[in-house]
Amino acid sequence: MELFGQTVICGILLGGMYALIAIGMTLIMGVMKIINLAHGALVMVGMYVTYVCFTNYGIDPYIGMFIAMPVLFLIGCLIQKYMINRLVEVESILPENQVLLTVGIMLVLTEAMRLMFKSDYRSVTTGYSTDTVYLGGMSISVAMVIGFFIAMGFTLLLHLFLTKTDIGKSIRATAQDRDAAVYMGVNSSRITMLTFGIGAALAAAGGSLLLPLFYLWPDIGHLFTAKSFIITILGGMGSTMGAAVGGLILGIAESLGATYISMGYKDLVGLVIFLLVLLFLPGGFRSLARRL
Amino acid sequence: MKNVNLLLKLLLLVIVVILPLVIKAPYQLHIIILIFIWAIIGTSWNLLGGYAGQVSFGHAAFFGVGAYAAGLLQFHLGISPWWGMLLGPIAAVVVSLPIGVIAFRLRGPYFALAMLALGEIFRLLFINLPFTNGAKGILIMPAITTKMFYYYVGLAALLLTVGVTYYIIHSKIGYYLVSIREDQDAATSLGIPTTLYKNYALLPSAFFTGLAGALYMNYVAFIDPNIVFNLTNVSVMVIMVVMLGGVATTWGPTVGAAIYIVLGEVFRTTLGSANVLVFGVLVCLIILFLPNGIVGEIDMLRGVLARKKEGAAGGVKV
Repeated sequence: MELFGQTVICGILLGGMYALIAIGMTLIMGVMKIINLAHGALVMVGMYVTYVCFTNYGIDPYIGMFIAMPVLFLIGCLIQKYMINRLVEVESILPENQVLLTVGIMLVLTEAMRLMFKSDYRSVTTGYSTDTVYLGGMSISVAMVIGFFIAMGFTLLLHLFLTKTDIGKSIRATAQDRDAAVYMGVNSSRITMLTFGIGAALAAAGGSLLLPLFYLWPDIGHLFTAKSFIITILGGMGSTMGAAVGGLILGIAESLGATYISMGYKDLVGLVIFLLVLLFLPGGFRSLARRL
Repeated sequence: MKNVNLLLKLLLLVIVVILPLVIKAPYQLHIIILIFIWAIIGTSWNLLGGYAGQVSFGHAAFFGVGAYAAGLLQFHLGISPWWGMLLGPIAAVVVSLPIGVIAFRLRGPYFALAMLALGEIFRLLFINLPFTNGAKGILIMPAITTKMFYYYVGLAALLLTVGVTYYIIHSKIGYYLVSIREDQDAATSLGIPTTLYKNYALLPSAFFTGLAGALYMNYVAFIDPNIVFNLTNVSVMVIMVVMLGGVATTWGPTVGAAIYIVLGEVFRTTLGSANVLVFGVLVCLIILFLPNGIVGEIDMLRGVLARKKEGAAGGVKV
């Protein structure tokens, strides 16, 4: 029972941090209607920014993330404005061109980081990274708990931002119906750029929170891309709260799979759930909630 | 004009056939063989992704299954992996049947994501299943080591792939596939059984990708799941190859494969560790400025010229 409890709690905590990354992707997907396969690479770049802050200037990862987020916001805005946006007007046989461009961007980001930092595995060791708290017989890593609560804080803030502020409402309007939003006086190209920037910043935040828990190397981006699109589909494309719930579900499913099936099949569990949801619940869990 | 074209094509064929008799250097032949393998994968992907418009991010599944079919034959039964050239494509087709059932229930980006997930599932399965020798991979001792032999096998396989693809595209099926790409709902309303025809594109696509996999196993003689089922280096790279050369063109994937391999080699030798970075930048530039690939844009340019001369609009490009 203790093992089960620990597995579930561990899954929830990790899932909360995954969710933050996935919310960034779901925002981008909602507004731009593309799958951003460079998302994991953005997470990875964010992690490296935080890592550099830590090793060169001794800034704690939880403070360093507030440096990584503006940096990634800027990178995201630039990528959207000068690369992806250009393809909107271009005519081509396959509409998936934008997706392929994100693959190209992913390659460039990954290789740029490899050139700068080599392929070595790196990790951040802080005073608390090995600390654990005990809850009954269950031991829980402190870094995970801190990361989870910061992630949830950001999710809440983002929710308020999207529902209460003007820009937030414009983002939601653009996601629902771009043309209608334009008629209502929303500057949709500016909103799209901002959304990509915010998505990248959230990716950086999630990455920084995971930095004390994961090894860091340039190819880690693929892992996060896969996780965040699984979560996005689980929660229903474009839904923030759906992504938060999807993150928790993926976290729990993965850690249950790792404990009770085997470590090797851990990632398989997530993918199989993903396929099943895609087939039998195409609107994600959001549509299930609506049906009830 | 048509005669000149045909003559040029024949000349090119003759040059390709006698090339290994002139170039004896193993390194150059090695590069050409790699181009053949990638051209086969690209051409098969193009049938499903380019003509039928079903962008698959999971072709590594077929490539890997083809390679493993050949490798496991040798590994477990001691049968020559050349039988894998027969078994590999068949295994890939067998695998593609359930994949088609699952993935063709979905459309557009959802299809792409489902294929991506399926490809990854195969990678994880082949790492973890008991009979695949796991992440250690499979090493075989090839019986034939002359490059020239592989050159001709690769060339034959490529010509077969391009020929069959060309035949399919210029038959009735081809027009059905293009109509599905252009507007699936309209195609359905005209009475085209879309799922069935998508499968007609998927099966040959899987077959020839499996063939390329089996050839790869025989030629390179070492595979592991992270090489042949790799998402970035196989599934995504094949899309890049086709995009580079030209989506929905007969020879586009071959041109793309040649550019990909040759540039890769040139960058690797001149730029050292920055080579993939430069390649990535190039990929971005090509998608931005030549969205239909090199061969695709040549067709367009020709079309523009022809239109100016004749003052008539071109037909639907197949």
